Amino acid sequence: MNHEREHPISVHDVTVSYDGTAVLNNIGFCVKQGEIFVVMGGSGSGKSTLMKAMVGLLQPARGRVLYDGTSFWEADPDVRRRILRRIGVLYQRGALWSSMTLAENVALPLEEFTALRPGEIRDLVSFKLSLVGLSGVENSYPSEISGGMMKRAALARAIALDPEILFFDEPSAGLDPVSARLLDELILELRENLHTTIVVITHDLESIFSIADTSIFLDSADRTMIAWGNPRALLEQSEDPRVRRFLTRGRLSGAPEG
Amino acid sequence: MKKQMMDTENRPVMPGFASLSRLGADTLLVRLAGSWRMERSLPGAKDVLDRAGDLSGIRRAVFDSSEIVSWDSSLATFLATFFQECERRHIRAEPEGLPPGVQRLLQLAAAFGRRMDAKRPEPGGSFFALAGERSIDLSRSFLDLLEFIGSATLSLARLVRGRARFRLTELVHVLQQSGPNALPIIFLISALVGVILAFVGAVQLKMFEAQIYVANVVGIAMAREMGPMMTAIIMMGRTGAAFAAHLGTMETNEEIDAFRTWGIDPMEFLVLPRMVALVMMMPLLTVYADLIGILGGALVGVGMFDLSLPQYLDQTRAALTLTQFGIGLSKSIVFAMIIAISGCFYGMRCGRSASAVGEATTRSVVAGIVFIVVADGVFAVITNALWI
Ligand SMILES: Nc1ncnc2c1ncn2[C@@H]1O[C@H](COP(=O)(O)OP(=O)(O)O)[C@@H](O)[C@H]1O
Ligand SMILES: [Mg+2]
Repeated sequence: MNHEREHPISVHDVTVSYDGTAVLNNIGFCVKQGEIFVVMGGSGSGKSTLMKAMVGLLQPARGRVLYDGTSFWEADPDVRRRILRRIGVLYQRGALWSSMTLAENVALPLEEFTALRPGEIRDLVSFKLSLVGLSGVENSYPSEISGGMMKRAALARAIALDPEILFFDEPSAGLDPVSARLLDELILELRENLHTTIVVITHDLESIFSIADTSIFLDSADRTMIAWGNPRALLEQSEDPRVRRFLTRGRLSGAPEG
Repeated sequence: MKKQMMDTENRPVMPGFASLSRLGADTLLVRLAGSWRMERSLPGAKDVLDRAGDLSGIRRAVFDSSEIVSWDSSLATFLATFFQECERRHIRAEPEGLPPGVQRLLQLAAAFGRRMDAKRPEPGGSFFALAGERSIDLSRSFLDLLEFIGSATLSLARLVRGRARFRLTELVHVLQQSGPNALPIIFLISALVGVILAFVGAVQLKMFEAQIYVANVVGIAMAREMGPMMTAIIMMGRTGAAFAAHLGTMETNEEIDAFRTWGIDPMEFLVLPRMVALVMMMPLLTVYADLIGILGGALVGVGMFDLSLPQYLDQTRAALTLTQFGIGLSKSIVFAMIIAISGCFYGMRCGRSASAVGEATTRSVVAGIVFIVVADGVFAVITNALWI
């Protein structure tokens, strides 16, 4: 029971396949309450696939995904829906609903899942949008704003219902370095202030070293995870050349700065 | 005579070639010479080895590249295949004698070559295998379609019982998009269909001095067949395609995933409003098409076959029973479902690649039109069997 309280997510021996071809094999790890957990790996190593299996989009061929000890894929639809309500997801491309304004995007989950009155929802929406620095563009459509703003608006939507767990799929992809660092800071702030457990998928080294408490490394050749630990510790101690190469890429010396 | 190849200094340059000779009992010497450039045709590794004759006893191959004039990646390509062929014949190829740049390229290619193990089924195969796979694919997507129709029906039932989450704003949006904007094109097509029907009918009927019955032909044909059918085909091309493109883009953008992870059923949220909107809109558009078609017919009847307008309209009113109209309207409702379902189904099955949305749109329109015509045929059989 205690283990469950401290580890809101645990993944047991999960194998995920597309049309019978396994792209991820025997994944197992657990995520501690309130930590920032990073899933790293090169393109095509199955990071997004792993996230899909965790947020209820793709049923694993084998294995279990437990939320507070409840096996997600074996639960009834009602239980699943209750679990999903506690989760927020920021997709790789933002995935804002294109036919709605930013405010409507953030408001939709509130309208769907709470009994709040329209006025209250409006206030909550502008609060969430101001948290991500987007006051004043509530009534723009996703196509009218920049990529960085889109990601932040999507973040506002992801935190609309104050989720206990947040997933980020490559938050820095497609952003300039400045916006990417801003988003990293936002992630840290969220963890500090809302005590959210955060799972981040990324291959951005700077993000990895500045936000990760724990990480796992997925390898595209072996189609499984080959390391689990704090990235700095992995950098210092991992014997595996693939992990070392990934963590030291683009650096002259091995040590991360800062 | 063959044109001599020239290099930059206009001297003739030998095209690249490879010659093999034995060097001791177990060693093969591969001498590479000339200019190995992509502009000309170069020897194939397999041919070179095949032409070498008896290779028995050969265990290793060494290279002499001192006579190579110039090279580009065609040399590396030749060698990569050559190495593979050697491996197949259990000959160890020793790259030391090659230019260092080529050695490096070969190492790179080998390093990356090993990594890929994309398991995709062999393309081609025998005719029967292909036909079999194709039918399995077809039956699978047919099953998917049935499943989709099933869950669309279930959510429709939930809507009727007031249990579905239904977004009125989405419905209004789709109604606006699909209704008024379609009027001009429906006007044009129906008027022309009316004119054509009147012409074909009147020319024949005139032979019996019965051209007044052209009003019957046009009226019944429009109300029963052409009105619903043409409207459906237009709406499939306009609105059905728009549904497929919109939902396809949403799928590509992960917007539909975003609905699913909130536990919101895209069926209720996206498909249901579209179905309801079309079911509301199609009968209205069909009636509009019927009227315009009849007016088009009247134009021909009055203008060219000496009928008076009141006479023509009276004749139409007498010919058209409520049953005729009813058949047309029930068809239009069925067509509305077909349009909404094929648009949404192919949109939601859209892949993630850049070309996926276009493919989904095309597929939905083609399938939709086929289903519309098939459904029309089924209607013909049923009404015939019921004597109506
Ligand atoms: N819908 C799909 N159908 C089939 N294969 C897929 C699909 N999505 C991803 N893949 C394959 O699964 C592997 C992992 O993809 P993905 O999880 O997107 O990687 P990442 O997010 O780490 O870049 C890749 O080899 C990719 O080609
Ligand atoms: Mg990805």
